[in-house]
Amino acid sequence: MSVLPENRSETVFKDFKPALTAKQAIVEANRCLYCADAPCIKACPTSINIPEFIRKIGTGNVAGSAKTIFESNVLGSSCARICPVEVLCVGDCVYNEMGVPPIEIGKLQRYATDTAIAEGWEFFEAGPDTGKSVGLIGGGPASLAAAHRLRRFGHRVTIYESRQILGGLNTYGIAPYKLRADAAVDEIEWLMKIGGIEVKTGVSVPVDLSWDALLAKHDALFMGFGLGPDSAMALPGGDLAGVEGAVEWIERMKLGLVDVSSIRHALVIGGGNTAMDAVRELCGLGVQNVSLVYRGTEAAMSGYAHEWTEAKNEGVAALWQTLPVAFEGTSGLCATRCVRLDEAKRPIAGSEFTIPSDLALIAIGQAKIGDLCAGLGIALDTGKVVVGPGGQTTHPKVFAGGDCVSGGQEVVNAVAEGRDAAIAMDALFREGRL
Amino acid sequence: MLSPTKPGFKKPDLTSNTGGIISPNPFWLASAPPANSGGQIMRAFDAGWGGAVWKTLGQPIQNVSSRFGAVGWNGRNGVGFNNIELITDRPLETNFREIYEVKKRYPNHAVIVSLMVETREEWKEIIQRSEDAGADGLELNFGCPHGMCERGMGSAVGQEPKINERITGWAKEFAKVPVLVKLTPNVGDIRPHGLAAKRGGADGVSLINTIKSIIGVDIDTFVPQPIVGNLSTNGGYCGVAVRPIALHMCASLAREPDFRLPISGIGGIANWRDAVEFMLLGSSSVQVCTEVMLKGYRIVEDMIQGLEGWMMDKGFTKLDDFVGKSIPHYSEWGDLDLNYETVAKINPVSCIGCQLCMVACDDGAHQCIHPNADAAIRVPVVDESECVGCNLCQIVCPVQGCITMEPVANGFPTASWNDHVEHGKVLRPKKGAH
Repeated sequence: MSVLPENRSETVFKDFKPALTAKQAIVEANRCLYCADAPCIKACPTSINIPEFIRKIGTGNVAGSAKTIFESNVLGSSCARICPVEVLCVGDCVYNEMGVPPIEIGKLQRYATDTAIAEGWEFFEAGPDTGKSVGLIGGGPASLAAAHRLRRFGHRVTIYESRQILGGLNTYGIAPYKLRADAAVDEIEWLMKIGGIEVKTGVSVPVDLSWDALLAKHDALFMGFGLGPDSAMALPGGDLAGVEGAVEWIERMKLGLVDVSSIRHALVIGGGNTAMDAVRELCGLGVQNVSLVYRGTEAAMSGYAHEWTEAKNEGVAALWQTLPVAFEGTSGLCATRCVRLDEAKRPIAGSEFTIPSDLALIAIGQAKIGDLCAGLGIALDTGKVVVGPGGQTTHPKVFAGGDCVSGGQEVVNAVAEGRDAAIAMDALFREGRL
Repeated sequence: MLSPTKPGFKKPDLTSNTGGIISPNPFWLASAPPANSGGQIMRAFDAGWGGAVWKTLGQPIQNVSSRFGAVGWNGRNGVGFNNIELITDRPLETNFREIYEVKKRYPNHAVIVSLMVETREEWKEIIQRSEDAGADGLELNFGCPHGMCERGMGSAVGQEPKINERITGWAKEFAKVPVLVKLTPNVGDIRPHGLAAKRGGADGVSLINTIKSIIGVDIDTFVPQPIVGNLSTNGGYCGVAVRPIALHMCASLAREPDFRLPISGIGGIANWRDAVEFMLLGSSSVQVCTEVMLKGYRIVEDMIQGLEGWMMDKGFTKLDDFVGKSIPHYSEWGDLDLNYETVAKINPVSCIGCQLCMVACDDGAHQCIHPNADAAIRVPVVDESECVGCNLCQIVCPVQGCITMEPVANGFPTASWNDHVEHGKVLRPKKGAH
């Protein structure tokens, strides 16, 4: 696996949620009520036994705690940082019902898993070789979780990744104040210690390697290729320098350098969580004026309220019910022409105005690229791969999970889907049905 | 809720009389490190303590390093505490000079001098010198369960009623001030030992001294704690964890018809509530050591205010209004009403859905708390037809007042086991005996 570049714009970011010290972790762990049939477990897409791992921190059994986490979620270290715990485990902590601050589950999970990775503790061994082989397309969280679980069962795995570095969104897309690429890569190196996970980077399927070749080589395939490029806005001036896709810009910022020194006004267009990340990233890099431009209302946007609250605290402005209609400038973007929208998102006549802007990041979604595997003849729904139980597609040898199925969810969902597909494949292998 | 202190509202009289030892309030420092020197005791009196039992005088000893150990629970240390310290290590002349100074400056506070020597002549001399220094009372240390007992003193005396009676008799022969005998809890039944002190002429007893204990083991070095080189020894256990044992011993003597002597209660008293409990079970004064060692003399402010507030709330104007008030409510098991029946009621409004009651009842009681039939509701349901009214669910519930134990009007007249055996009274059908 290629190493990360030393110089990356993301390295200026500090953790928005700082790590707990050992002392803080014990105090927090001891607050946990150790609920029976705990709501936090139910709220976790990977169903980590949260009360159990917290109790183990309290008794000083940090290794046992980390094992409990990784048993359910082998990317438990990155998920600890990037999960929207406010709407998952922490949001369902029973202490909320009592008006008492909920347990900081994400921070405790980070404490246990970071300790394990730093100490190099290994909990899992590859199972005895079954002779079965699975090819995984895409090297993001879904494939990594699937590959690790398949190795535990003793199956052979090969990950095909078109980029040079594994990790998918974890490496290329997560806001660096949550997870920097180096931490993502550390976690992947740790999980690779199970051994036997073959990785082919720089391989684009099916361009470099055909589906037929893959099906001939492997007993099953797992589609974990995520989403495609940023959706574009077909507007006048859309090709000006300074108008960019947000995911693409974030990737450059995380893996390389972006120069924002001359940016006085930045706009982020969209109301989802990529937009939330982008505005906070621009602020963090030192851009003075950052505005969110969203066609709907604050209440209607899909970005998490807790993220938007922080963005506002960091100084981000918002233009609600506003739609860009043209990007203006000669050599590069100078201003963005917008129109106000009514409740039905229809332009209000005569409401056009221009706002100065030298950078506009478009965060209105990413392409669904299920067509990539059209050659396999599997069913798709508006570009998303259709799966049944265990992530099985309409092709019996092909499974799928993560954003290429969901159209864009949390990393923790991708981990759960990859893991569960591995369990389903293993069952079919053992029953001789695959 | 405590009554607020109103201007002009008559505060209750906290004056305490324990066998003729008068103090402005019932809160005394126990004979222990916080009462080691005149400087300390004067600071304690300034903080509000009503009396102090001077750290035991005798032939000054040499102490070990280290000396204390503690039991922690859930991150909080000092729930239980032990020590292997012995009696005073300071010259007797120094102690007597300081006793004299304290009494001169604090004539209305009680200074009780704890004593531990061997021969009749030694008792005579040390009692004489204590009284010359101004002692308001004497406490005979027949309780220390470590070190001194190996030399035939402390608990070695307290465990032998005949020796206890004889030495108490000597002390009474020589003393002009009241004599309290401090009893050891390291006996099967406290009553013969209290009665021996009474036969010896004691004016009252103090109890309990510490309980023989090994506080813990260092699981890295394998040496029990507290560690002295590569050895340890059994020490005296105290702190809030011992309170129930002390309360029982206090009550056992308080309700013994042949005893009828004042009691100075000791054992795990950390706040005013604990003090009230001891007084309700017959203590005229209470002595505190561990909580002062852990938190300092300043805790007495809350003890005084809390006691005053509670007394005003209950309409008590002096300590004798309630000392021993709980004794008539302490009976033998055979006199308990077997037809008295309670069942657990869960308040669905305050329930936070932790389901700790359910798991506790399932695994530790009578399997009568079940999940709600509606899976969306996390408030468990009590099967009252099987609930034995054991209190376990109420004990594990983290929400105060959420689970109440409510009496059931079952129509059965009162019937104790003794009533049943002697008079054939009818008992209600058993519950939870499936």
